[in-house]
Amino acid sequence: MTNQLVMYEEELQQINSVCEQLHRDSNAKAVLVIDKNGQAIAAAGEVESLDVTSLSSLTAGNVAATGGIASLLAEKEFAGQFHEGEKTNVHLSIVAGRVILVVLFDTRSSLGLVRLRVKKASVELARILDDLVRKSASDKSQTILAEITDDDIDNLFND
Amino acid sequence: MSFINYAQREINCKIVYYGPGLCGKTTNLQYIYNKTNPEAKGKMISLATETERTLFFDFLPLSLGEIRGFRTRFHLYTVPGQVFYDASRKLILKGVDGVVFVADSQIERMEANIESYENLRDNLQEQGYSLDKIPYVVQYNKRDLPNAAPLTELEEVCNPRKVNSFEAVATKGVGVFDTLKAVAKLVLTELKRGG
Repeated sequence: MTNQLVMYEEELQQINSVCEQLHRDSNAKAVLVIDKNGQAIAAAGEVESLDVTSLSSLTAGNVAATGGIASLLAEKEFAGQFHEGEKTNVHLSIVAGRVILVVLFDTRSSLGLVRLRVKKASVELARILDDLVRKSASDKSQTILAEITDDDIDNLFND
Repeated sequence: MSFINYAQREINCKIVYYGPGLCGKTTNLQYIYNKTNPEAKGKMISLATETERTLFFDFLPLSLGEIRGFRTRFHLYTVPGQVFYDASRKLILKGVDGVVFVADSQIERMEANIESYENLRDNLQEQGYSLDKIPYVVQYNKRDLPNAAPLTELEEVCNPRKVNSFEAVATKGVGVFDTLKAVAKLVLTELKRGG
């Protein structure tokens, strides 16, 4: 299977710190990084009350649908989206064509500030993701996968 | 596309339930959701029309236990079965790790099964996958109905690759977990081989 996403401790820490920085700089409620297939990667801010798994899947679905609209209109992609709510607003942007950066914010912030801070964070995030792709391509050990035996898989279902 | 998270010790995979309209894809997920311990599942999301037809997808996150200290998490999705939602189906197949084809056993739905099966093959190909290679199982649903077609006939139409197939009555849960376990096992085996 190709195109597998692998996350390591070092890069996750870096992504987390970008999220935390963006959360502070933009006065946001929460910041999430989600892969385009709907898996949550990192989160910062007021996330305890959020259903991050569901949010990730729906956001990815939303971005995929918008991408579908873009291709029907012969656009490459719509790099950003903004949803305005009564209390919470959502800013979505695609970073490095691979992940979705989500910022949830309220009246403590503004769309202008969020956009500005997202721009800076995206550059940093794109660099980390590039490193991650290179690292995972050169890391052929993939220890956990290589170590899994048929018995391990069978045992998972023997309940 | 599986997601191996070494930092959080998780293996994440995506399974898609495919099949013609009203074949029971959503019913499969609902049964799994109802019978799974709260700690092993997340919220089930259904993006459906007012008449409960799937509009975009259903989503159910499920944890199946640990392998060598890694939590295995499966994201189950259904596609909308109705023919005119093809654009949505293509989107949901992106990044898929395993597919369940749910066939409607009713003899009147044979044409719909064929059409959906061909559509699955085409849409997978468009995303760069091959139905002949991807982890894939078939479920023959609605086996309890009096107008159910003989298995041999269904096999011929929906399972030329002769992969594992299961008879099911999804409303009562018959065959639902057998199908899920079979596809999850294939996905993990493929992951192991790929790694």
